[in-house]
Amino acid sequence: MQVPPFESFYEENRDAVLRELRRLLGREAEDAYQETFLRALRGYGRLRNADNLRAWVLTIARRVAADHYRRREAKPEPPEPQRDSRPAYAELGELADELPRKERAAVVLRYGYDLSYAAIGAALGSSEDAARQAASSGVRRLRRRMQ
Amino acid sequence: MTVSPTLDKRFREAAAAAGLLDVAYDLAETPVGTLLVATTERGLCRISYDPDPERQLESLAETFGVRVLRAAKPIEPVRRQLDEYFEGKRTEFELPLDLRVTGFNREILKRLARVPYGQTTTYGTLAAEAHRPKAARAVGVVMNRNPVPIVLPCHRVVGANGSLVGYGGGLERKEQLLTLEGAIQPQLDM
Repeated sequence: MQVPPFESFYEENRDAVLRELRRLLGREAEDAYQETFLRALRGYGRLRNADNLRAWVLTIARRVAADHYRRREAKPEPPEPQRDSRPAYAELGELADELPRKERAAVVLRYGYDLSYAAIGAALGSSEDAARQAASSGVRRLRRRMQ
Repeated sequence: MTVSPTLDKRFREAAAAAGLLDVAYDLAETPVGTLLVATTERGLCRISYDPDPERQLESLAETFGVRVLRAAKPIEPVRRQLDEYFEGKRTEFELPLDLRVTGFNREILKRLARVPYGQTTTYGTLAAEAHRPKAARAVGVVMNRNPVPIVLPCHRVVGANGSLVGYGGGLERKEQLLTLEGAIQPQLDM
């Protein structure tokens, strides 16, 4: 079967594409919609036959959705708004000022910046376990001081 | 689940802006009816009195490529010049054309483009100019297949005795266009 003009293909498949993207991405479906059909348009001139055009475009839609997921993962979640106008790490920094250097860094990074122990370990040039220990001994020391 | 007009329009505009289309087309309302107007990256490639895209799309795809999409922006200059023409403010079109015609067709259309606003010529004259004095009938066929009527003024070509003879868009339209240009007097319905 001959490849139909893009307009006919688009009219026939746009609702199905949007439905699939909504299922995969929810509210982000609209951005992915445009990207899907632009990608389809790029490849459309090279198609040799019109078999399974629906399956072809849904595959593109799923790839676009996967790219969106990947981008979403790479982006850190925005921090929770603070009740105090001062960021948490500023307050913690002051409190932790007198701790030994490594404990202070571990406490601030863990409770101020919400970093994982693995990330803290990497930042301090030590292991995940060492970072966890440094943070918990820092917290214990702080507790004793505040009592 | 249906695609909203905004989302639809955004995609069509992005596709045209990205230069991904072989042909962009849209409908244009004019005093001689709804026209289908199509352009490529190179220029205006089709004006049709038959506004039903279904029939036109296949033929556009065959000649220019399958990436044919309705998009308003690329045809804006054509729409604007057509408006000006129908308001009597424009006597010449300044639009690049992408006709993809060869040989005799090309020869004749090139000569047709030079027939001035408000004047008429004959099939025989155009044939003679192309050094084929006996090809008046063949000139008629070329006029009938003119890819961009109005802009290439096949309505200005009449029979040797001054009768309107024929027009791809119907004689009534030919009369309407020639009346607009002042080439013939308005006909009174008695």
